[in-house]
Amino acid sequence: MLKARDVAFAYERQASLVIDGVSLTVPRGAIVGLLGPNGSGKTTMLRLLSGTLTPRRGDVTLDGVAVGSLPRRDLARRIAVVPQETHSAFDFSALEIVLMGRYPHLGAFELEGADDVTIARDALAATGTSALESRRFATLSGGEKQRVVIASALAQASDVLLLDEPTASLDLGFQLDITALLARLNRGRGVTMVVSTHDLNLAATLCTELVLLKDGRVIADGQTRAVLTRETVRALYGVEAEVVEHARAGRLTVVPLGRAD
Amino acid sequence: MAAPTDLRRRIAWAIASFGALAAAVCVLAPLVGTTSINLSRVFDRTIPFADNVDAQVFFVARLPRVFAAILVGGSFAVAGVVFQAFLRNPLASPDTLGVSSGATLAVVVVITFHLDVALFGVSALSVASFAGSAGSLGVVYLMSIARRRGTSSTVLLLAGVALSAFLGALNRLVQVIGDYTDVFRSMRWMMGSLDVGSYTDIVVPLVPMTAALVAIATLPRVLDLVSLGEPAAESRGVDVRRAERVALVSASLLTGSAVSLGGPIPFVGFIVPHIVRLIVGADHRLVLPAAALLGGSFLVACDLVARTAFGPAGMPVGAVTALLGGPFFLWLLFRRFR
Repeated sequence: MLKARDVAFAYERQASLVIDGVSLTVPRGAIVGLLGPNGSGKTTMLRLLSGTLTPRRGDVTLDGVAVGSLPRRDLARRIAVVPQETHSAFDFSALEIVLMGRYPHLGAFELEGADDVTIARDALAATGTSALESRRFATLSGGEKQRVVIASALAQASDVLLLDEPTASLDLGFQLDITALLARLNRGRGVTMVVSTHDLNLAATLCTELVLLKDGRVIADGQTRAVLTRETVRALYGVEAEVVEHARAGRLTVVPLGRAD
Repeated sequence: MAAPTDLRRRIAWAIASFGALAAAVCVLAPLVGTTSINLSRVFDRTIPFADNVDAQVFFVARLPRVFAAILVGGSFAVAGVVFQAFLRNPLASPDTLGVSSGATLAVVVVITFHLDVALFGVSALSVASFAGSAGSLGVVYLMSIARRRGTSSTVLLLAGVALSAFLGALNRLVQVIGDYTDVFRSMRWMMGSLDVGSYTDIVVPLVPMTAALVAIATLPRVLDLVSLGEPAAESRGVDVRRAERVALVSASLLTGSAVSLGGPIPFVGFIVPHIVRLIVGADHRLVLPAAALLGGSFLVACDLVARTAFGPAGMPVGAVTALLGGPFFLWLLFRRFR
């Protein structure tokens, strides 16, 4: 179980807090959505959860152990991260990118063995990208890249996956593909996830729980159905919206109507 | 691109073939020159060394120069690979962080103010170029510490470019003071020369080079991961800040040692990494050893052209690498970044 307790963080010593007293719990097997307007601290919160940033106050623990106290490699075997966008400076193939996920499992001079290649190919298969195996990463489309990067995170074989706006730059079709993929990985492999997103409908489809962040503070959290309401959408984005149960979709749907006054 | 299941074989193959190339140029290059010599006579053990002119020319006059070229070329190429990966910029090179400009400035100061005395048998020029690169290294180190507070690699790159320009301006300022012969000597040194006097000249820079290469040998996988971006590398278990400090300091040390041995020979650290990537792919476990070996072979070949193509006087090796490197840079720029 990944837990943040009263976490505060600022990038500069004198600067105001970007994260201010956030507590949240990510139960095993859950998909927790992190919602909030631009600059609300979602990415920073994910970096705090992944142990890349150290909180100014409070602590982040994984099964009771502070993530900051774990060596980077050990931590990488427990928590994997999918950044918003990934660019490769050099011409790696998709399989090579996925194999990089094996890094924390190998010794300093150890080469990937047949096992590692099998794990990487499984990850490619799980994300529907087997056919792209030997394609150059740079030549893939945005959606293909994102799936390959998710495969790389899967090859890391961690039990927690942190995703930063995984559908941000994708078209509608790929958005649905990624959503379905994440749901499948959660059900099939039991991967626990924290997903930051601006897409309220994705959050409603995918997430079991939501944490709403505004100006670095939690304004609401809990079960998706309880948290995602007209009132919270207005409080979060200053937008008047209708939040309704969609009969055919079988889930909550958010229809923005306009700026709230 | 091949699947990396046979990675071990690919690494062995790359080392064997680029190693064979390096060995071949090491044996063949000393045979060519204004005095022609015969390979079988060079290795003829029946003739005493004192009487064997061919062996003397081979082992005393030419082989040290070939070894110097191997070391300098290999060092520039490896430094180039490391800088390109860590700055995530294929246009980066060993000169990018101002290290060779620092060395050049120190040498020009020594020449202009006639401080050219030998210290414990080591020429003041190599001491100066070492001190100069150590100075810019210090600046690089400070920049890498500033990176901890979130300075991006683009800022680091630009800082390097600015530092190079600044040191270049100081360099010209010093040269204005110098007289005609000093300026001529400075100019010749800046074009690079591998005309080492003996094996001792090679041994001194070999020590820091070896230390830097050992440090870099621990980094190939880190370079792969860092080229995907810092967050990606960190989340896969790389301590980016620590690795970066090791990488930048080692690569600067390599550059400084290479400059102290051969002068600021341009473009080798830029061209060779690209050629190697075109041949072996992006994986740094292949790129690093291949770049070291090809960089060495490439500079031996350039030096061969430099000392033979224009008569006994020869031309500076830096002019040869620049003549090849300039057009290659432009080709790469327009091919890759259209």
